[in-house]
Amino acid sequence: MTTIIFYTLSIILVLASYLRDKKKTKLALKKAYKSFMKLIPALIPMLLFVGILLTIVSPDIISQLIGAKSGSLGVFISMLLGSVIFMPGFVTFSLGSSLLDAGAGYMQVAALVATLMAVGISSLSVELQYFDKKLTIMRNSMAFIASLVFTFIIGMVI
Amino acid sequence: MKFIMKHKATFILLIITLVLTISNINYGKSILQISWDNIITMMGVIPPIFILIGLLDVWVPKEVMIKYMGERSGLRGLFFAFLLGSMAAGPLYAAFPVAAILLKKGARTAYVIFFLSTWTVAKIPLLLFEMSSLGIDFTIIHLISMLSMFLIGSFVIEKLLSPSDKQNLIDKSTALS
Repeated sequence: MTTIIFYTLSIILVLASYLRDKKKTKLALKKAYKSFMKLIPALIPMLLFVGILLTIVSPDIISQLIGAKSGSLGVFISMLLGSVIFMPGFVTFSLGSSLLDAGAGYMQVAALVATLMAVGISSLSVELQYFDKKLTIMRNSMAFIASLVFTFIIGMVI
Repeated sequence: MKFIMKHKATFILLIITLVLTISNINYGKSILQISWDNIITMMGVIPPIFILIGLLDVWVPKEVMIKYMGERSGLRGLFFAFLLGSMAAGPLYAAFPVAAILLKKGARTAYVIFFLSTWTVAKIPLLLFEMSSLGIDFTIIHLISMLSMFLIGSFVIEKLLSPSDKQNLIDKSTALS
């Protein structure tokens, strides 16, 4: 769905841009191609890394690690897994929901979901392409701390 | 040789994949399956995002970006950072090139960090899905608590960056496009 919107939007805008200024449009497409090619060496290993990681640490194993009685150790494991692993948002929430069904605690699922979305150790290679180390480390630390606080709030409220 | 050096991470991971596949053929299948799925996801968002960034680069002058998201854009800048982050779709790694073009065009650092953070919790299409799979209470607490922490955190991080750090960031993003 989002793919269709994204592609349609860019095709329409490219056409509109082409009608107004051919030269500028060519420059824009050239820039797009160049930045895409620059990103590939960082992107491909990230995708492979995630493939390997999710194969070794499968959802079954995750579900065993963060069961309802796993307590604060379970929260800790969730935070750790969530920070390192990466998955698309839709997969993340489906996993969270099936973990809840399988008996995982709300806090553990909160920790996992929040860090999966916000902390990106597996996408560090991409983040470092665009930002320096300092900002990358600070952004990820902020996301980690925020996820931890959110987990405690969930623990108190739900 | 140069090709191998440029892609050394890929080669190391391919060797690990090969070793795992030899130890258990199912590992190999699963790694290929997951990587393939992620490549499909990536191709669904990354190429159009780069095209949109390219168009933004040639059509939007620096003055406009500075007016809407620059140092003195105030609440308007925050609002646009939030809007860009929440309308977006796609994994976090797709947000970094967008953040880089914003920096290059003169957007304020704190707003760019807030944009990235919004992307991680407040994408509208994903919010609806989160509500249906984890509940409305969970989703609202997730959204509000993380966003308020990110709002403060973005300004704290900006404070911690020296003027030369910021200049480096702008130089880096300019060199990339």
